[in-house]
Amino acid sequence: MNRVRSLLSGREISIVLALVAVVAVTGAVNPSFVSAQGFHDLFLNASIIALLAIGQTLLVITRNIDLSVGSVMGLTAYLSGQMFIADHDTPVIVVVLAGMALGAACGAFNGALVAIAKVPALVVTLGTLYVFRGVDYGWASATGVHQINADQMSPSFLSFGSGSILGIPHLTLIAVAALAVAGYALHNWRSGRELYAIGSNPQAARLAGIPAGKRVFSAFVISGALVGLAGVLHASYFGTINASVGTGRELAVVAAVVVGGVAIFGGSGTVLGAVLGALLLTTITSALPILGVPAFWQRAVDGAALLLAISLDRAVMLRLAARLRAERSRARPAGDTGDTEGSVPRA
Amino acid sequence: MIHSRSRRSRVALAVAGGGLALALVAACGGTTKDSAPEADTGAGNEKVADPNAPIKEGLKIAFLPKEIDNPYENIVDAGGIAAVEELGGEGKEVGPSDASASSQVSYINTLVQQNQDAIVIAANDPNAVAPALKEAMAKDIAVVSYDSDAAPDARQVFVNQANSEDIGRTQIKMISEQIGGKGKIAILSATPNATNQNTWIDFMKDELTKPEYADIELVKVAYGDDDDQKSFQETQALLQSIPDLKGIVSPTTVGISAAARYISSSPYKGKVALTGLGTPNQMRQFIKDGTVEEFALWDPEQLGYLAGYAAAALASGQITGAEGEVLKAGELGERTIGKDGEIILGPPTTFNADNIDKYDF
Repeated sequence: MNRVRSLLSGREISIVLALVAVVAVTGAVNPSFVSAQGFHDLFLNASIIALLAIGQTLLVITRNIDLSVGSVMGLTAYLSGQMFIADHDTPVIVVVLAGMALGAACGAFNGALVAIAKVPALVVTLGTLYVFRGVDYGWASATGVHQINADQMSPSFLSFGSGSILGIPHLTLIAVAALAVAGYALHNWRSGRELYAIGSNPQAARLAGIPAGKRVFSAFVISGALVGLAGVLHASYFGTINASVGTGRELAVVAAVVVGGVAIFGGSGTVLGAVLGALLLTTITSALPILGVPAFWQRAVDGAALLLAISLDRAVMLRLAARLRAERSRARPAGDTGDTEGSVPRA
Repeated sequence: MIHSRSRRSRVALAVAGGGLALALVAACGGTTKDSAPEADTGAGNEKVADPNAPIKEGLKIAFLPKEIDNPYENIVDAGGIAAVEELGGEGKEVGPSDASASSQVSYINTLVQQNQDAIVIAANDPNAVAPALKEAMAKDIAVVSYDSDAAPDARQVFVNQANSEDIGRTQIKMISEQIGGKGKIAILSATPNATNQNTWIDFMKDELTKPEYADIELVKVAYGDDDDQKSFQETQALLQSIPDLKGIVSPTTVGISAAARYISSSPYKGKVALTGLGTPNQMRQFIKDGTVEEFALWDPEQLGYLAGYAAAALASGQITGAEGEVLKAGELGERTIGKDGEIILGPPTTFNADNIDKYDF
């Protein structure tokens, strides 16, 4: 059991090693990459995508996926801008809560279709990706407000997005807090463990009396609230919002989650891994221009990193499966026909 | 087997149908030629302009921006639609939600099917949209490009916001004033293959060869892909990798606002100058907090207005896009068509703390 656990945390360690390697190489080329401001920027860049990755992990663990995150994020970012147009001095906390509520509502819509109507999440969220984006565009053209600029938002909201405490950006603190809560809940709470059970084997989970529908629905709502939060933070961080905020972000999130070692078919992975995956990918994006990689190649490098992570993942899985099979046949030499693939890594 | 045979017969049917359609079109072309000898339906360039032809009633003119939600292009298109309505026509704005050439192509095809009288397009790629635009012109639809040009043989007129040369040189002038004519500068552009940005950058480089800019060194051109996050990260990379950087020129509205937002909340504020092309609304905050001293842009509404007039004039036969023809553009007065069918709006306007509050776009 200890071996399995150490192998699993090995995933996080390997991302940290990759991260250290990227930072070390880039820092060697350009020392200011590893200055206080450099680290500040790295964490700041990764914070929003990390929040999205935490929400996505909750879903991927249950063998679901949410492709509508980019659109929900765009919608909530646009909502925060509209709230400032309605009242320039709207308190920050009200905007944050409203954004999370709208995100949770979008998540509930997805979750209801998936958990109650039993439509595959891939299809549902692909549909809502366009629906939510359409609502966003519709809202923008109905009100004629195509862009909301920094001077239209309250100064306290903008300084909330760009500020930091002891050199750590507010956004990073929020992401770390979300990571701690989600990590603890997934690891220790009964409902958290049930998410893994649902993703490992939905039938078995149902037979074991786990309220799968309810759990999946809640996962969608929580994930939606996190996406809503990310949308509000995007607004306060970038200070310019239009209806296309977050377009294409879903793929970056899924990439971060997969690089972070969350199995795309559910049942295994940690939020810590996903957050580290997000940090690794955004750090690579920041490092490439400093290393002088031509702009045309940067996306290709991103893609290559993803493929490399998946290949490594697969190789480790196969080796682990083989080892477990060998162990099991030694322990129970005769008559064991149990599905060894199914019992590979559970966090 | 049965499946493939049925497919083959369907292909045959389609070919036959296509042939029939062609024959019909040819026949129609013939009759038009008989009744109106001047209107040659062959190549568009052979048409003769009639400066006194009235603007046709009820022209249907579509504006196809780089992406439908680009706020800058929304303003341009609003100006264009206003012009079309002024002329008694029907204007609309349609476009993809991503700034890619392939999605523009499908919009062009749809507009052709809808029998629009004119298409006004900001091309995401000069060549990728060319075949679809040529097809539109072959069907007698007037094609005008604005903001970002398509291949010259795939449109009749290009309405240029300002002389590309003026835009490029103005930006170097601004940054030079802001950094005291000395030091390293970098450019933060849109995508590496954006037509207009690359043209401006070429003129900026040319301007820098003048003796008065001998002390300014352009060290890097970075690309933020007109994406907030990417532009942020590229700005960070510029500031980190060039410690003695004096200024950044960002000839794109997304780039300059992202860079301004980053610099305004970083220790680089006040140490690194930032200028380029931005909209007054977007930059107001950063002009007021001192991050940016001065930047430039043309009036996007006027650009659309001019493009709308050009499209209507083309569709009515007042102009054909040949050099030397004169376009009557309502309240903007007259513009003469230059080489390669280019019409220029005018010199760019610069915005700073003194005048920014007079503008709202």
